[in-house]
Order: sequence, then structure tokens, then C-alpha cells
Amino acid sequence: MDINAYLIVAGILFSIGGLGVLIRKNLIVVFMSLELMFNAANLGFVAVSGYLNLISGDIFVIFVMVVAAAEAAIALGIAIAFYREKGTINIDKANELKW
Amino acid sequence: MDTKDLLVWSIPFFPMLGAILLGVFGKYLKNYAGYIGSISIVISFLFSVALFITVASTHGFTAILYPWIYASTFKTNISTYIDRLSVIMLVMVTGVSALVHIYSIGYMKGDKGFARYFSYMNLFVFSMIMLVLANNFLLLYVFWEAVGFCSYILIGFWYEKKSASDAAKKAFIVNRVGDFGFGLGVMLIFVSTGTLNYTSVFGMMPSLPGYLVTIIALLLFAGAVGKSAQFPLHIWLPDAMEGPTPVSSLIHAATMVTAGVYLVARCHVIFSYSPFASHVVAYIGGFTAFLAAFIALTQYDIKRIIAYSTISQLGYMFMAVGIGSYAAGIFHLISHAVFKGLLFLTAGSVMHAMSGELDLRKMGKLYSKMKITAVTFIVGALALSGIPPFSGFFSKDAILADTFNKGYYILWIMGEVTAFMTAFYIFRIIFRVFFGESHVDPSVHVHESSKVMTIPMIILASLAAVVGFIGIPPFDHSLFYLFLHRDFQNSFVFSPFVNYYPWFLLSSISVLAGALGIYTAYLFYIKQAFDTEKIKRIFKPVYELSFNKVYIDEIYDQLIVTPLKNFSVYLWRVVDTFVIDGAVNGLAQGFASFSGRVRRVQNGMVMSYALTLMIGVIALLAYYFIK
Amino acid sequence: MGLFLKYILSILIFFPLVSGIFLFFINKENERLLRNLATFLSLVEFIISIFLFVYFKSSAYEFQFVEKFRWIKTFGATYYLGIDGVSLFLILLTTLLSFISLLSSYKYVKVHVKEFVILMLALETFMIGTFAALDILLFYLFWEFMLIPMYFIIGIWGSARKIYSAVKFILYTLAGSLIMLFGLIVIFILHYDQTGSFTFNILKLYHTHIPLGLQIILFIAIFIGFAVKVPVFPFHTWLADAHTEAPTAGSVILAGVLLKFGIYGFFRFAIPLMPEATLILTPFILVLAVIGIIYGALVSMVQKDLKRLVAFSSISHMGFIMLGLFAMTAISVDGSILQLINHGISTGALFLFVGMLYERRHTRLISDFGGIAKKVPILAALFMITVLSSIGLPGLNGFVGEFLILVGSFKQYTVFTVIATSGVIFAAVYLLWMFQRVMFQNITNSKNEQFKDMDLREIVTIIPLIFLMLYIGLYPTPFLSRIDPTVTHFVNMINHHKYAYNLIKAKIGLFNA
Repeated sequence: MDINAYLIVAGILFSIGGLGVLIRKNLIVVFMSLELMFNAANLGFVAVSGYLNLISGDIFVIFVMVVAAAEAAIALGIAIAFYREKGTINIDKANELKW
Repeated sequence: MDTKDLLVWSIPFFPMLGAILLGVFGKYLKNYAGYIGSISIVISFLFSVALFITVASTHGFTAILYPWIYASTFKTNISTYIDRLSVIMLVMVTGVSALVHIYSIGYMKGDKGFARYFSYMNLFVFSMIMLVLANNFLLLYVFWEAVGFCSYILIGFWYEKKSASDAAKKAFIVNRVGDFGFGLGVMLIFVSTGTLNYTSVFGMMPSLPGYLVTIIALLLFAGAVGKSAQFPLHIWLPDAMEGPTPVSSLIHAATMVTAGVYLVARCHVIFSYSPFASHVVAYIGGFTAFLAAFIALTQYDIKRIIAYSTISQLGYMFMAVGIGSYAAGIFHLISHAVFKGLLFLTAGSVMHAMSGELDLRKMGKLYSKMKITAVTFIVGALALSGIPPFSGFFSKDAILADTFNKGYYILWIMGEVTAFMTAFYIFRIIFRVFFGESHVDPSVHVHESSKVMTIPMIILASLAAVVGFIGIPPFDHSLFYLFLHRDFQNSFVFSPFVNYYPWFLLSSISVLAGALGIYTAYLFYIKQAFDTEKIKRIFKPVYELSFNKVYIDEIYDQLIVTPLKNFSVYLWRVVDTFVIDGAVNGLAQGFASFSGRVRRVQNGMVMSYALTLMIGVIALLAYYFIK
Repeated sequence: MGLFLKYILSILIFFPLVSGIFLFFINKENERLLRNLATFLSLVEFIISIFLFVYFKSSAYEFQFVEKFRWIKTFGATYYLGIDGVSLFLILLTTLLSFISLLSSYKYVKVHVKEFVILMLALETFMIGTFAALDILLFYLFWEFMLIPMYFIIGIWGSARKIYSAVKFILYTLAGSLIMLFGLIVIFILHYDQTGSFTFNILKLYHTHIPLGLQIILFIAIFIGFAVKVPVFPFHTWLADAHTEAPTAGSVILAGVLLKFGIYGFFRFAIPLMPEATLILTPFILVLAVIGIIYGALVSMVQKDLKRLVAFSSISHMGFIMLGLFAMTAISVDGSILQLINHGISTGALFLFVGMLYERRHTRLISDFGGIAKKVPILAALFMITVLSSIGLPGLNGFVGEFLILVGSFKQYTVFTVIATSGVIFAAVYLLWMFQRVMFQNITNSKNEQFKDMDLREIVTIIPLIFLMLYIGLYPTPFLSRIDPTVTHFVNMINHHKYAYNLIKAKIGLFNA
């Protein structure tokens, strides 16, 4: 099994996600980019896990998915609350916590 | 504790009890305060006499009350040392105190602080008794300061007056300057001998190097200079006259100020092992005697004149103890206590009659109105002037003859000149107050004082007339000398008698000096043979020097007080606030402004945080790969 | 009784804290009850502490009432308590002053009474803990905890510039104690390197061998930590502000107890841990001490604010104590420790009087007073005794300590002692001058006509302190006999090192020659 292909895909996914987080202003899109980074990491986990014939990577993936799901619920809740407060979901407007 | 110990401890006990009772319950005692205060002292006096008889017939002893400070090798007890010197002092202190207390009942009548006054006075007598009784230097030092403190509260007794509270503070601080030396002396004694007990310390003296003994002696003498108001620390005593007159009489004439002389006499062993220190004592004494008499010539305030006279007479005593004539010094101490106490009491009586007036220029012709006061004052003045057969003649002459016989001619000349000036200034008071023309404010009702005041004056006057006879026959055959001789026999004579001149020759010179002084005063103030204004003009610089007290206060003010104050303000405003606190606050501000810039990085934009994070990760990875 | 005595130190430490927690459940509106209860509880605490005094074996130098439990096993920290003759009196001083300062603040503290009394009780716990701890970690814990209540006490109940002073206080002392912590950790690690076992037990750490160069660096670090607390001359500027702005109770505790921690730290930690460095640096420390004596006195002389005057006088007095401690003779150290107690008593009392004056006139400027002695005879008389005690008048407590310090230091450090002795003159100048301007002369300010004399509560507050001033002045034996064995042991321990140190020096000299 050629692990490199998996890892390259994971790397590309991660980079796309990272760029998305850095560039996009829409809270939902940023959040989706973040999910993309998670899944890139998950892909890496399963790939290596399969390559080394271990199970711990798979377990980790399950973990991450569970945490990500919980996090998604909270994050979307925050997004809604934020929208109610500001009337927008542009994250540049969320800059009050500074200095 | 056997009966003898009990006797010793009961002497300070009653004044202490009196002080506490009057201090705490004074408010409720009203007029009884005076009686309680006086009775406690009288009891103490009776016990002192009993102790005197005991010691005179047997020998001295030590009584320990309890261990006081025990720290490692430093051990001192509350204990007393009784010998002939201390019992003689004790009888004098309690005796004069008793008379002054009785006098005060009349003098302080109606004062708001009547009970407070007697409480302080009893406290003073207690401290003075303990000072005399102490058997080690630390205890001596303790009560040395304690009498200073009593003097402080009594000078400032009428604390509403700024001059009084200033004078009190000045007295305490100037005394502290002397005590600074005294304290160091006590420490040096402990460090070099390992003990503070008189007998052990004196026993160690022969084995100490000479320079150490000299330093110890000079340091102790520094304390004596402060307490006994000798030059250059004499400045507090004239100001101390702000206190009630009986206080001046008791503390600033008869007892406390003589503590310095007592100290030197008590430490005669130390001083006799250091001729240099002894000479310093003698010459400072001689100079002070001269200086103070010189200042007294031109003052107008009766009490101040007598205060300068006290300084001057104390100078005589130091002259005596400085040349090794300890018995003569103590003799003058005793006779001076009597006649100077008397002079102050009579001055108080005048002041009482004149509603507090003390200015010579506003008096005159009081003789007819207050005969008892006048006569007793004249007795005191004759004693002070050294006219036989009054006490001052014997004691002063003993000193002057000794200076001559031991070859201290400069001191002798100074002493004779001082004797002349002394007679002049004291009779200047008499002629201007009791005789001559009246300059009394007509609104003042001049009257003789009540019996409670005149009787102590009469007793003291009779004593001043007769007490000198303990000094015959002259020199070291006198009753007094023989009585004290045993205490001083350990002192090592560094200046053997050069010669014995016939005593009557020397005495007649002194008497002549005194009589001349009286006559000069008579010419000036009764005959008015000279134009005083003209003389003032001719001797203007000298007159000004004397009138302005040789400018010593001003010199101290310019040289020490003001610079020190300015320096302190500088320390506070510049060093403390600006330099040290400035550095601290500067450091704090530096951090604040630095972090004020750095915190701008936290701009609240999530994106920028993510970017920073990303850059960090990339940088780390790059570092990892490059390595 | 046996069990009580066995755990008496823990009881003493935690009783105030538990009392404080108990007071949490009282309605904050009920200020009277809170005040009375807190005062009562601190009185109980004081009474418990008297048992320490009674059952303390006076001839022994070893630690007594020792309690030792495992605390954090991984790095050898223990809950280790014990007292010797020095900490005994400091604990007694703490419990007494805590009681007195609670009693003194009935009028002064008007807002947030509940918080105030709870903080005061918590502070008491931490202070006693610091004095009783024989484990460095435990000590450091209590040491830092102590700052927190004090910070709030200054910051909430202080006067005009309270925030500035509170922040200055906490930053100053924290900076110092962090440097100190660094030093202590280095010693801890050195000890591990040498023995292979972790321990914070101070008695074991005494045996750590520290190379001389490192010792000097560590000593300086730890010195700064304690010097800030004392305070030694250039580290003193927090003191004037903190004392001045703190409420009366805060000033009393600050001057009476907190300043003692610096000296206690030197005595318990810095000097025995690094004796050689101490001996080398002694001249420099003495210079600072003597500068402190004179500087504090001079600056105090020209102060216009009563509290600031007393605060600067503390610097002068603490200079004496430093001199005595570092002169390192049994007599001078005895004097220093006694003077620690004396300073707590007299300066505490001085602050109480300033507080009373402030409560009546709401000003602390000396020039606003004058002539009030005749309106307030009792206050004037007791204030006078306190001032005299602070001046060091013989017959009162200050004299005994000061004299022992000076006489003990005299032989070896004559010049320093002579300069220090001159501080005695200045003490008379600044305190008597202040007293004269406040109490004597005529009343110039009509507001002073209505001055009220001390009431019963105020008299009760002051009397124990006045009693102690007289008692220690006239019969210091019960104190000195308990202090002396500890101090003698301490001095012998250091002088043993001195001997070794001189040997080394002699050897080096031999090689050089």
C-alpha cells in the first residue's frame, strides 16, 4: 500500500482548510474549513494506522469525530448567537476581545 | 532581704508610690495631692537619714532587688551600692526635695495641674534617688535618662506656652547628645571589662591600657557635660527656667544638674587613672565657670541669671573633681545645693509677689514689702559670693585653694575672676530688686509669700549659713573630708600636692574677690557712681557678647540645626521621593509602556491569531527540516 | 490537654481561618455581631497562644511543639511545624496584635465589615503559619498567601492613594519574594544533587554544601527578598506608602508583624543556609543598616504627615535590628530579637494613636493639631509613654533591646555602632518634636476644641501594649530567658562556620605567600 498518496491528499486538504480559515470571513465557512482540517488529520490517522497495522489511529479518528460533532453543535450555537447580536456572521466584527 | 536592704528600698519606694498614686488618682485628690506628695518625700528623707547613720557608723553594702537584664554574657541586676558618698547625696537630695515639695504646696496653689505637678516631682525624686543608689553603670544610665525625662516633663509643665515646650524639648535633646557619649562609654566599659558593676569595673581599671581608660573617662564625662550643663552643652539650662520655679530650684540647681559631678566623683577610679581626661574635666569646668559668670553679668531675667550662676558653680565643682579634689567637689555640691536651692526659692517668692514678673528692670525697693524673702535671698547671695561664714565660702575656698596648691594657676585665676563676677551679678540682683528705686508696675500688689513657702526658705537659709562648718578645719583635716576619705582612698593621686600655702592667705584673696564684686555692684546700682550707659557704649563688643550669651545658640542653629534640617528635607524630597522612588516607579512605568506597545498585537481579529499560529507552525517545520 | 498541646500549632494556625469561614454564614448587615464575634475569636486565639508561652521549655534551643506529616511525597514536601524561642514570641506578637487591631477598627472601618474581619482572620492564619513552618515550601506558601489579605486591606479600606499603595506593596514584595524563591529552589536542587533525596525540610537543608561563589549569588537573591520586607535602606519606599495609606489595623499589622518576617527570614533561612556568604557580605549589610538608621531618622524628622513619620521611624528602628542580627554576637542577636518584639509593640501602639487622632479629626497632618493635651489627658499620657518607648527611654522596652544590640555590636563593629548610637539622638528629635506639635502649645485650630478623650474600648486596646512596654523595660528576663538558648545556638552555629571560613582564608593566604 502506498501511503504517500493518502498523505498527500491529507496535506492538500489540510492546506485548503488552513487557507480557508485564514482568508474567509464568513463564520460558517471558516467553521467548515476547520472541519476540513480535522478530516485531513483523520485521513492521515487512518492511513498511517492501516499502513502500520495498528488500531490506535482508528480509535483516535472516532474520538475526533465525536469531539468534532459536539464542537459543531456549540460552534453553530455561537454562530446563531453572534448573528442575533450583530446581525452578521462576518468574523471581523467579532473583535471586541482585544488589548 | 534583711532590715538594711528593706531600709534601702523603702527610700525610693515612697516617692514612687506617691508618683503612681498622684498620677492615677490625682484628679480626685484635689488639695491633698500636695500633702501626699510632700509626705512621701519626707518619709524618704527620714529613711535616708537612718541609712546615713547606719552607714556612717558601719560600712557600705550592696542590696540586690532582682535580676534585670540577663542576655548571654550580659548580666545586670537592679541593685544598689551604698557607701558614704551615696548616703551623703541621698540625704541632700531627699532633704532639699522635701523642702521644695513643701514650698510647692504654696507656690503651685490653684494651678490646674496641681496633682500632676506633684506626681512628676515625686517621680523625679524617685529617679534621682535611684541614680544615686545604682550599683552598676546601666542602672545609673537608666535613671540618668529618667531624671532627664522628669526634667523634660517638668520644664514643659505649662506646655501651652510655646517657649516652655520648646525649652523642654531642647533640654531633652541636648541631654541626649551628652547621653550619646555616656551610652557609648557604658558600652565601652562592658566591652573592655565584661561587667558593669562599679566595684568590678573599678577593680579592672589598672589592667586596662591607658588610652582605653581615657576614652572611657571622656565618654562618661560627655554625659556629665550634658546633664550638668557644661560648655558646650550648657545651652539648655537657662531655657529650662520656663518650668515652675520650685522645679528650677530642685532639679536645675540642687539635684539633677549635679549628677554629672556625682558621676565623675563616683568614677573617680577611672578618672584618676587618666590624668588627661581629668584635666579635660578640670579645664572645661573652669572655662564654663568663667563663661557662665560672664554671661550672667548682663542678663535681666532673675531666673536666668541664677541659672547661669548654677552653670558657673557646677564649673567649679568640675574643676575640683578634675584636679582630683573629689571631696572638695562634693562639698561644694552639697553647699551649692543648699544655697542655690534657696536662691531659686526666694526668686520664686519674688516672682510670686510680682505676678510672674522676672525682669530686673521692672523691680526695685521690694525689701520693705517682703523682708523674709529679701533676707533669705541675701543669705543665699552671700553664700554664693563666698563671704564667710556662709557655706559657699568654705566649699568654694576648698576648691580654689586646692587648684592653687596643686599648681593649676590658670584655673585658680579663672576661679578668682569668676568669684568676683559671681559676687557682682548676684548683688546686682539684690540691689536692683530689693533696694534702689522702685520700677514696679503700680497695678501689681507686692506681698510677702505665705508661711508654707517662707518656712522652707528660712530653713534653707539657716542651713546655708551653717552647713559650711563641716568644712573646718581646712583642707584634708576637715570633718567632711575625713568622712568621705574612705570612699576616695582608692583614687590614685596623679598630681601630688605641690605646696601648702597658708590657707588664710588664699582664703583672704577669695574673700577679697567676692567683697570687691559686691562693692562694685554697690557702686553701680546704689551709688550709681558710673554712667552705666556710657560703660555699655565703651565696652560695647564685650557687653553685646555677654548680653547675647556669646551667640552660642545662634552658632548651633546656623551650624547644626538648620543644615541638618535642610539636609533631611533634601534626603526626603530628592533622595527618597525622586531617586529611590523614582527608580521604582520608573521601572514600573517602563514595564507599563513596553507592555502597552506589545499588547497591540492582540487586536481581537481571529484571523490574525490564526495567521500567527500558522506562521509559527511553518517556522517550526522549516527549522525542523533545515536541521 | 495532651492532644491539645500536641497539635497546638495547627490549632493556632487554622483556628482563625475556620473562624473566618464560620463568619461567612453571618448576614453582612449584622455588623455589630460580626465585629464582636471576630474580636472575640481573635481573643480566644490569643489565649490559646499563651499556652505556647506557658508550656515552652525555656532552656532548650530545639524546636518544640513539633508536628510533621507527609504532604507532597514526590518532592519531599512535608507539613512540618515547630517553634523555637524566636518564633514563639513572634507568634505571640501576631496573635496579640491581631486581636488589638480588630478591636481598634470598630470605628475606623465602616464599610464592608464582614469582608474586613474575615480578611483579618485569614491574614492571622497565614502569618502564624509563616512563623511556625519549618518546611520551605510550606513557609513560602504561607508567605505569599499573606500578601493577599494585606493587599485587599490596604486597597479597600485605605485612604486617598490606597490603590497605588496596595499595588506598590504587592509588586515590591512579590518581586522580592520571587527572587528569593529562585534562591531557595537552587538550594533545594543542590541538596538533591548532594544527597539524592528531595527535601524541603529546612533543618536538613542547613547541611547543604554550597560553593562559595554560588553562595554569594544566592545570598544576594535571598537577601533582596527579605530585605524588601524588613525594609533595608534602598528597598524601603513601599513602606511609607503602604503604612500611610493602610487603615489603622493594616498599619498595625504591617509594622507590628509583617516587617518582622524579613528579619525572621534572615534568621531562619538566609544566614544558616549560607553562613560563609553572610560573613563575607556582613560589612555591606551593616553599611545599609546604619544608613537606614540615620536616613530613616532624618527623613522622619521632616515629615508633615503623622503616619509617614511613624513609617520612616520604622526604617530607622529596623536598621538597629539588622545591625544587631548581623553583628552576630549572642548579646546583639538577643537584643535584635527582643527589639523585634519591642518594635511591634511600640510602633503598633504609635499607629493606634495616630488612628485615634485620625478618627477624631480626619486628618493626619501634624500642623492640624496642637495643644490638644489638655483636652485629652489620658490619650496624651499614654501617647507619651509610647513615644518614649519608641525613643528608647530607659525603663521602657525599647531601651533594653537597643542597648543589647549596641553593646553586642560594639566590640567588632565600633564605627557602625557609634554611628548607630547617634540615631538615638535623632529619635528623640523627631518624636518629641512631633509630640510637641501635636499635643503641646495652645490650640490654634478651633476644630480641636471638641477633642474627645479615649473611651473604654480604646483604653482596652492600648493597655496591653503599654503594660508590655513597662514589663519588658523593667523585667525582660521571661523574654530573654526563652530567646537566649535559641540565639546562643544560632550564633554558635554561625561562628563555627566563621572558624572554618577563617581557616580557608588562612590557607589561601598561605598559598598566596
